[in-house]
Amino acid sequence: MSAPNKNFDPVTPAALDPANLSAAVDQALSAIAEATDLAGLKQVRIDHAGDRSPLALANREIGALPPSAKAAAGKAVGAARGRVSGALKARESELEEAERQRILTSERVDVTMVNDREPVGARHPIHTISEHIADAFVSIGYGVVEGPELESEWFNFDALNIDRDHPARTMQDTFFVTAADSGAVLRTHTSPLQIRTMLDQSPPVYVVCPGRVYRTDELDATHTPVFHQVEGLAVDRGLTMVDLKSTLDWFAATMFGEGIVTRLRPSYFPFTEPSAEVDLQCFACRGESVGNPDRPCRTCSSEGWIEWGGCGMVNPRVLQSCGVDPEEFTGFAFGMGIERTLMFRHGITDMRDLVEGDVRFTTAFGMDS
Amino acid sequence: MRAPLSWIREYAALPDHVTGRDLAEKLIGIGLEVESVEDLGGSVSGPLLVGRVLEVEELTEFKKPIRYCQVDVGDQTRGIICGATNFAQGDLVAAALPGAVLPGGFEISARKTYGHVSDGMLCSGRELGINDEYDGILVLAEGTVGEDARPVLGLDDAVLDIAVTPDRGYCLSIRGIAREAALAYDVAFSDPVAQVPGLTSDGPQHPVDLQYGADRFTARTISGIDSTATSPAYMVRRLNQCGMRPVSLAVDITNYVMLETGQPLHAFDADKLQGPIQVRRPVAGEMLETLDHLKRELDPDDVVIADDRGAVALAGVMGGLTTEIDESSTEVVLEAAHFGAAQVAGTSRRHKLSSEASRRFERGVDRDLAVAASNRAAELFAELAGATVGGLVDIDRREAVPAICLPLELPGRIVGVEIPGDQVLSILQRIGCAVSGDSVTVPNWRPDLTAPIDLVEEVARVVGYDTIPSRGPAMGTGAGLSATDRLQRQLRRRPAELGLVEVLSYPFVGEAELDAIGLPATDPRRVSVRLANPLNDEQPFMRTSLLPGLLSTARRNVGRGADSLHLYEYGQVFRDVSTISAPVADAGSRPPQVVIEEMLAALPRQPEHLALVLCGDWSRSGWWGAGRPADWSDAIRLGQEVARTAGIRLEVQADHHAPWHPGRCARLSVDGRLVGHAGELHPDVIAAYGLPARSAAAELDLSVLLAAGQTVAPAPDVSAFPVAKEDVALVVDEDMSAETLRQALQERGGDLLESVRLFDVYSGPQVPTGKKSLAFALRLRAADRTLTDTDIESVRESVLAAAGELGAQLRG
Repeated sequence: MSAPNKNFDPVTPAALDPANLSAAVDQALSAIAEATDLAGLKQVRIDHAGDRSPLALANREIGALPPSAKAAAGKAVGAARGRVSGALKARESELEEAERQRILTSERVDVTMVNDREPVGARHPIHTISEHIADAFVSIGYGVVEGPELESEWFNFDALNIDRDHPARTMQDTFFVTAADSGAVLRTHTSPLQIRTMLDQSPPVYVVCPGRVYRTDELDATHTPVFHQVEGLAVDRGLTMVDLKSTLDWFAATMFGEGIVTRLRPSYFPFTEPSAEVDLQCFACRGESVGNPDRPCRTCSSEGWIEWGGCGMVNPRVLQSCGVDPEEFTGFAFGMGIERTLMFRHGITDMRDLVEGDVRFTTAFGMDS
Repeated sequence: MRAPLSWIREYAALPDHVTGRDLAEKLIGIGLEVESVEDLGGSVSGPLLVGRVLEVEELTEFKKPIRYCQVDVGDQTRGIICGATNFAQGDLVAAALPGAVLPGGFEISARKTYGHVSDGMLCSGRELGINDEYDGILVLAEGTVGEDARPVLGLDDAVLDIAVTPDRGYCLSIRGIAREAALAYDVAFSDPVAQVPGLTSDGPQHPVDLQYGADRFTARTISGIDSTATSPAYMVRRLNQCGMRPVSLAVDITNYVMLETGQPLHAFDADKLQGPIQVRRPVAGEMLETLDHLKRELDPDDVVIADDRGAVALAGVMGGLTTEIDESSTEVVLEAAHFGAAQVAGTSRRHKLSSEASRRFERGVDRDLAVAASNRAAELFAELAGATVGGLVDIDRREAVPAICLPLELPGRIVGVEIPGDQVLSILQRIGCAVSGDSVTVPNWRPDLTAPIDLVEEVARVVGYDTIPSRGPAMGTGAGLSATDRLQRQLRRRPAELGLVEVLSYPFVGEAELDAIGLPATDPRRVSVRLANPLNDEQPFMRTSLLPGLLSTARRNVGRGADSLHLYEYGQVFRDVSTISAPVADAGSRPPQVVIEEMLAALPRQPEHLALVLCGDWSRSGWWGAGRPADWSDAIRLGQEVARTAGIRLEVQADHHAPWHPGRCARLSVDGRLVGHAGELHPDVIAAYGLPARSAAAELDLSVLLAAGQTVAPAPDVSAFPVAKEDVALVVDEDMSAETLRQALQERGGDLLESVRLFDVYSGPQVPTGKKSLAFALRLRAADRTLTDTDIESVRESVLAAAGELGAQLRG
């Protein structure tokens, strides 16, 4: 650095010549614009804004100027340096952004490559639909009850008005247990849960009972010895067949869509009277396939109705066996096969798919059927 | 029960236009389960007329006999060529005229053949789909020339197949079905039984000693049967239509009357009976060979028909071989009785023998039918076999059936719609009841009607279930799923959320499976409920563990090409099984509480278990790199994760337990209570099921988790102060349990030690032989301040002291 100059040189130093300053700025701006990456820009910064750059030299010359000239010269040099540093900063941002873009571009992947690294679980549709049905009834104030699969005969038969010599007792093809006088069977239906519930709680009773049941059928496309039912039971003052029909219609609409209704056909079950078979209006064709060969329906075989289950008013004798006074209370009950419901709901054509435990079958249903 | 429409029409005045399908629809509407309708007429269309053969010209110039016949078909006479020779001039025949289409789409047209124009065809049974006869044409026994031949041939008919429910025994007869048909159409019913003429009871009688089992027993002697007489065409046709095989005239008559009236009849060959008929209990060791050629040892609870030499029939079920009527029988004793429904059902069940008779008695036969049916059969024997009707023994011990008290408003109250009293009255009368005030006497053919509710059902079904309106559902009074219900659902669902696929398997197992999973001979899981009638004799037991079924399912999936599997299943298992002896109480009133509790307690424990099996990779290999095999630790981890759903941190200890690898099996427990086991399967088990090496499994008792599970989790204190991290590597004996050490560190670390996590295990040259190094990551944090170096050092010293007490040394 120069020593203080007491003897002012009347000549303006070349570095401070406005034309030179302007030229230095132009050269700097041009170099900045030409820098194509951050490394190049760094060199430009050294050359044009560094300690040895023309503008730095010009700045140092200011000290040698007479005091009267210092202000103007300082202002000129400051403006020049400001322009250069501003341009540097702007260019730096540009180049940084470009660099980021380049990196991001270079990191592109093929997003269509499938990642199936982690296992994905699924639930068996028999259980999800059982929960689905239970939830529907919970929403109208029913409780959910489950029970043991090996059941006392009294619960499975006698209390349900199926006495020892009743044809229904063999009709149901029961799995009996050794010894012969065990008094226990694999439950042939979920109806013993009606008995358990009524022995356990006083009316009003509103429950839905899903569960696994057993009959001695060989496994084939439409039968399985181990299957599932869902049972509903309501016992209260003043319940009628209108309540039964209304509840079934509501159930049908909840499961199969607004407007789908049920049809009752008189039938016989020992534990209900009057008894009825429940048919479900075909949810696929809504009956439009009946007598319409151009629009056949696979779901209902163009019958318009699908057999769904059984129902009826709880037989007063059953109420009495549970200590419920049939003069004061009436009740209704209904039961549906879960496998059957799934089969027509999802178009499953072979029962074996439901029982064989093939992962491909379950997986197709995901976490909810 | 198969019922031809034409037969039903004989007793029910159905409108002419009613088809089999129409009737089926109506019968379904009032409660008969019509399974199918077989339309016999649908197979033949166009002109099929009754013709009379006027002239037969034998054409002899051909290799086989050919006839050119002039056939009167009413409005004209047609020349028809025919290759059959089993008819003569004057016979009535079935003539298919040009335009007719026979079964198989065979169109009849006038065509030239054998030198003549054949203007139609004379039909054989086979050509019309009636039977398999094709040697000759059908020669008709009756018919009017020029009229449609279908009615004569039964080809205008439809056969309804009805599954008769246990409460409708009377519908195991044409009489009963016709009664329902008349009810459904609200038309007149003429009871065939009312048309049977009364017969004399005089003449030789066969003595009867009725000791037990029937409240009505009749025996009619019939003699002089022409054993060469054959069953008439209508009888054969109807038996065939009803699915019964014609046998001989005598047998056909008993079957025909049974179909017509619903009364089972049995004809004994009188010459083979010795002494009076006895109706009695079997004596000890008594045997009977029934008509199905089975020698049966009689049960003391059976009832038999016997003569002096012993049992000759199983009452109400089946006759015996020794007194069977045959081609040469001319004298018979005809039994028509009313046996108790429960009695016959019991015999039928004990002997696994269901017959036309037992099916009817079980469901209840008209208690006033025996004599009428016997007379009807006797009438047919006389008419068709030239027999002489002998005397009748009629023992009647029936008790009066009490009337039912039915308030006439009850049906409306149960159905929920207004049913006026006079409508109730009218319906009851139409089904055959006598009504006086609110006192209803049920008809003899309805033993099922014993209580007011039975009559309510009758009224409801005739009013029609389709008249019941629908409104909103009956709303319950519950408050949603209970906390336990919800937790149970979460437990059942959790493995699927963790990546497992749920399956279901049958709960039947056999010795082979118990051997395959390596259960020791004394393992309590070998003791289970044994089925008396298993589907498969190899699998008579109910499962005590889910694993045999789940491993079989895994094997099936592997067999179908699955490389890696993550399966789970939940369901009931049967535990602590001892001899089951549940009391059977009476029905009709609530049993005493002590009996209810005995019935409940007699059942074995049936806890819900959850099992999982892992085969092959847990995470797959792929473009991202290598996969990771599932191993014993995954099985334990998944078991712990399921338990964590219930807020339970399972304790893990090494254990030996089949079917797991003895060195890779963990016992999982909560507060000392066993929850289950998890780990790698024993290599022998893996081999037995053909699963990938190192397959792992777990089985948990969900009922323990449900009982121990907390449903309200306490909130943790979450400190916002900085964490301090310290790692310690400890050298311990090879068999030291990592969890024991971790717990010691955690306990002694005090409140400032937020967590301790095992992050590395090393054994090798850098630690002494027989030792391993366990590296733990400690996270320290205070609830109320930033930790100082002194705090950290103090925790470190204290955990190292704890480690030292367990023989661990800080690794240098």
